[in-house]
Amino acid sequence: MSAMLEIVRLSKHFPVRNGFGRQTGEVRAVDDVSFSIEKGKVYGLAGESGSGKSTIARMIMGLTRPTSGDILLDGRNITGDTGTRAYGRKVQMVFQNPGSSLNPRRTVGQSIAVPLDAHGHPRSDRTRRIVELLEMVQLPAEFASRYPHELSGGQKQRVAIARALAVVPQLIVLDEPTSALDVSVQAKVMDLLVDLGRQLELTFLFISHDLSLMRNFAQQVGVLYLGKIVETGPTATVFENPQHDYTRLLLASVPVISAEEAAMRPVIPLIDGEIPTAEQLLALRNAGGPDSQRIEQ
Amino acid sequence: MASETVSAAPPRRLSNAYQNWYRFSRNPTAVIGAAIVILSILAAILAPWITPHPDHVGAVVNFRARHLSPSAEYWFGTDNVGRDIFTRVIFGLRISLLLALVVLGTAIPIGVTLGLLAGYFGGWVEIVIMRLTDVALAIPPLVMALAVAAVLSPDLINSMLAIAALWWTWHTRLIYSITRQLRTQEFVEAAETLGASKFHILFREILPNCVSALAVKTSLDCGFVILVGASLSFLGLGIQPPTPDLGTMVASGSAFLPDYWWESVLPGCAILFVALGFNLLGDGLRDLFDVQEVR
Amino acid sequence: MNDALLSVRNLSVSFSTYGQTAEVLKDVSLDVPARSQIALVGESGSGKTVTMKAIMGLLHHPPATITGGQIFYDGRDLLTMPARERLKLRGTAMSMVFQDPMSSLNPVFTIGDQMGTILKYADRRLGRSRGKVERMARVHEVLGQVRMRDPERVTRSYPIMLSGGMRQRVLIAMALLSEPKLLIADEPGTALDVTTQAQILKLLKDLVEERGLALMMITHNLGVVRETSSYVYVMNKGVVVEHRPTAELFASPADPYTKALIGAVPRLTGGSGFGRAGAAA
Repeated sequence: MSAMLEIVRLSKHFPVRNGFGRQTGEVRAVDDVSFSIEKGKVYGLAGESGSGKSTIARMIMGLTRPTSGDILLDGRNITGDTGTRAYGRKVQMVFQNPGSSLNPRRTVGQSIAVPLDAHGHPRSDRTRRIVELLEMVQLPAEFASRYPHELSGGQKQRVAIARALAVVPQLIVLDEPTSALDVSVQAKVMDLLVDLGRQLELTFLFISHDLSLMRNFAQQVGVLYLGKIVETGPTATVFENPQHDYTRLLLASVPVISAEEAAMRPVIPLIDGEIPTAEQLLALRNAGGPDSQRIEQ
Repeated sequence: MASETVSAAPPRRLSNAYQNWYRFSRNPTAVIGAAIVILSILAAILAPWITPHPDHVGAVVNFRARHLSPSAEYWFGTDNVGRDIFTRVIFGLRISLLLALVVLGTAIPIGVTLGLLAGYFGGWVEIVIMRLTDVALAIPPLVMALAVAAVLSPDLINSMLAIAALWWTWHTRLIYSITRQLRTQEFVEAAETLGASKFHILFREILPNCVSALAVKTSLDCGFVILVGASLSFLGLGIQPPTPDLGTMVASGSAFLPDYWWESVLPGCAILFVALGFNLLGDGLRDLFDVQEVR
Repeated sequence: MNDALLSVRNLSVSFSTYGQTAEVLKDVSLDVPARSQIALVGESGSGKTVTMKAIMGLLHHPPATITGGQIFYDGRDLLTMPARERLKLRGTAMSMVFQDPMSSLNPVFTIGDQMGTILKYADRRLGRSRGKVERMARVHEVLGQVRMRDPERVTRSYPIMLSGGMRQRVLIAMALLSEPKLLIADEPGTALDVTTQAQILKLLKDLVEERGLALMMITHNLGVVRETSSYVYVMNKGVVVEHRPTAELFASPADPYTKALIGAVPRLTGGSGFGRAGAAA
């Protein structure tokens, strides 16, 4: 097995400037992150807002330039040439909100045609290919002439997936692809992604804050906290036996619907009768106070 | 989840065009404005066939019929050389509408392109274009037209050029602000990651989203351009006699106020009518598209 | 009528748009007994938000029309009582906790100003009056109840200076200002991170228990239902399809829609996989 995507010591620092434009510090949005995804596998990046998960996606897509570190795609270093067309063919992205990632003034067919035209797909074959792509995401051919506002959220996200598949990519970055959808629609979209991944031998980078979803979709998982990966490993191992306090807090916070799941969640010590914040919990742990025993349990 | 109330209603069966038409038809301002505009355009196009005295457009002199007050034969009365004012007003609309067409036809493509470039690329492109815009905005169009007329010759073409040379700035500003908002939208980023060209992103992704604001702005602008054009003619910088022009007619008729009031007041009403039509249409469209204040 | 604090009887609501009318609520009945914690769960388009708005009197007419039914609060029908009377109840007898902590607060006023104003108007509606100092004392007291560590500092802050979790706490505090008996929470914490959401849910639960309030939780998240309620109403397409004690619902859902909905939820224990999503929606 070889790695489809390899992220090596990737960092992105944003300068903080004062009112006069002088740099007064920096925010380490992504700080020395390394991981790799094997061909045909799903790697999950879990994290909350401010964890840097979206910045990592943007760097892989070439929308943001890394401060340091390398991104290797299929063994080739692409850190320098992101945004070029040969590269765009191999990596595609499905955005979080299908409502805003599809242009409201363009029909579904026109949206799907964008990558086809950009990568020199013959014009004579365009209509056939659009229908074929819609079929792949289980949408009828007549959807090509519809506008996004005539579609439901799930249908829009299927169109976004069809668009990402248009130029036969090898890696697809999924940035919270179902967080804007209802749970029953989410299940169907995830079904579709699993099927497509299997049929087309796709590799997925799955970015989400929904740990239950991640447990069922990703084989490997990395937990991001303040720009760093604090814990990584096979999903089952990380979820059943979390080592880092932040992972434990995240797992403990998931609202669940069964007793088995509830039993699986780690027990987090309360501070003044309240669930602690991540900072509080980590500070408590570092201080090695009497409560740290309870965290061990 | 405010959207659920909307999705509960069955909008899918209604076509886009029908929904827009429905909202448009419930908006009296827009309907009246559109009616006035369509009526004016039709009248201007069909002028030779619908006016009672099409020959009065030229240098016809009929002193026996001069200064006649409005009547069944001469609806708007006659002027100091006995020509039918109604006929000349209808023909005058042609000049006003032509002026609007030429000025906006030049200003919009230039203004929109510059606005898109400044908003999307930012950096020095933005600095150069927007500072240029600021400078141009500081010059009143009328003053510019006076200056051009003084240097070149006082005719319609030069006046149009002078107004167009400044008018694009408004469109640049409008499109610039919309583009800046849209630049960070996911669908623009998605197009970038899909490998779309800059041309495609500017004109196929961003521009269609500016159309509603542009339509509102353009219809309001038509009214303004017609007023500016009339002012120029009034000052003798527009079209030269004997070709009928609303501004010129107001100016020449004003010499006979108040006795022969119709000679200046009725052409003035025609200017008011057309400008009002475009403004009502613009306001109506704004309600329809629900765009923010564009001026 | 029964003795529930809030009782919705056969409520029907329709919406008119583009000359067409659609019935968005059909014969919805539900009860919120005093000191109970009930949940109203459904996906988008289920009518849960419309139900909530009808109860709070926030439906706009047009396009919404209440075509039938009653909403009883403490035995009195809200829909037939004079508007003045109804206004008196809003924010005092029953309060809303809104979903989006950023857009529900005015960015140009301090938290203290906003809470003070709300209290002033609530007092005025109830024909009470208290001085500025007393009002601020009450504001500080309520902020303490939502476990704000430094109420003085919070009242001087503008919304932008607070974290998402703190803002959500402020919204809860606002709802508590006039000591309501019923809290209606519209997806609280969904705009927040998972860890913050867990804190907010626990806080809400603790608050209603220690203060003896009734809680009506409006949510799309079945996990939130299980964590915060003891009785649940499941809505789909404007109809209550099933209602029973929460534990029972998860153990043995009866309605096919509920079954499909529960089946579609991914499990933290894994193994649920996808493909058994079933027929929901």
